[in-house]
Amino acid sequence: MATLKIPVGGQDHIQGNVKAACTMVEYGDYECPHCGAAYPLVKQLQKHFGKRLRFVFRNFPMTQLHANAQAAAEVAEFAESKGQYWKMHDLIFENQDRLGSDLFAELASKSGLDPGEMHRALAKKTFTDRVRADVGGGIRSGVNGTPTFFINDQRYDRPMDYAHMVNAIEEALAS
Amino acid sequence: MAALLTPGTLAPDFALPVTPDQKLSLSELRGKPVVLAFYPADWSPVCGDQMALYNEILPEFQKHGAELLGISVDGVWCHTAFAKDRNLHFPLLADFEPKGAVARAYGAYFEAAGITERALFVIDKDGIIRWSYLSPIAVNPGADGILEALEALEK
Repeated sequence: MATLKIPVGGQDHIQGNVKAACTMVEYGDYECPHCGAAYPLVKQLQKHFGKRLRFVFRNFPMTQLHANAQAAAEVAEFAESKGQYWKMHDLIFENQDRLGSDLFAELASKSGLDPGEMHRALAKKTFTDRVRADVGGGIRSGVNGTPTFFINDQRYDRPMDYAHMVNAIEEALAS
Repeated sequence: MAALLTPGTLAPDFALPVTPDQKLSLSELRGKPVVLAFYPADWSPVCGDQMALYNEILPEFQKHGAELLGISVDGVWCHTAFAKDRNLHFPLLADFEPKGAVARAYGAYFEAAGITERALFVIDKDGIIRWSYLSPIAVNPGADGILEALEALEK
């Protein structure tokens, strides 16, 4: 059974109660349609479990399949450096069908960020290593595609739907 | 089904089509580690499938000087189209005729479905199996086990 090798920590994008009894880590790709489908599912789970669930998103862009995935991840990391990570994260998934530099500029403006500064950061590859570090940790942990979820450090191998995931989180909370 | 070949066993040699007019044999790769990844079929309907994942992290295998070979019972034209569609940068071998013969030799043939299992082998530079793993057919095993096995070869 694959387990999370990189503990959740200060380097992570964390949403929800830091002391929650259950932590769900997603390794995802902003251009992957399955991650796009998982985006509202995660929101539903967060709503359902409230303070009992902590959510962490880590980058796993499949660059050989998705031309914009790495850039999208770097845009989100740029937003993180300005304290706007989750806003950008949501906006990217909500506009997944239009990924590209025009959209990134539009989303930067929408998030109160400077699109010019963002494009320079992408051109200088400021956040490339940050994203690749997530990928490296994911490989070590047995990420096997996108999205891959870990629920309390155990890779989630069951069907990716609301009912199954609720059950898995309930089990984690009960144990 | 025959049991999966285990570490310490000499990896059975084979020569399988890798393109419509080329064959690749395991013995040609003697001198470097080989990762042999049996998988059920081309065209699985997810973008994070096993071959796409290995393609993405190919540089990690190459750091160890290893050659990665994908292998299924799909025919060579099917492999060619699949590799092109998914932008794969490593060979896919067609265990097509006699169907599944190589998979059977490795104990990695799923008789009931007529496909190869999800089975992984790390073979050392001398052709000896040093690690093997059979994943439940519905579960993509990822790459952590392969990387650990490649690291262990260097110890």
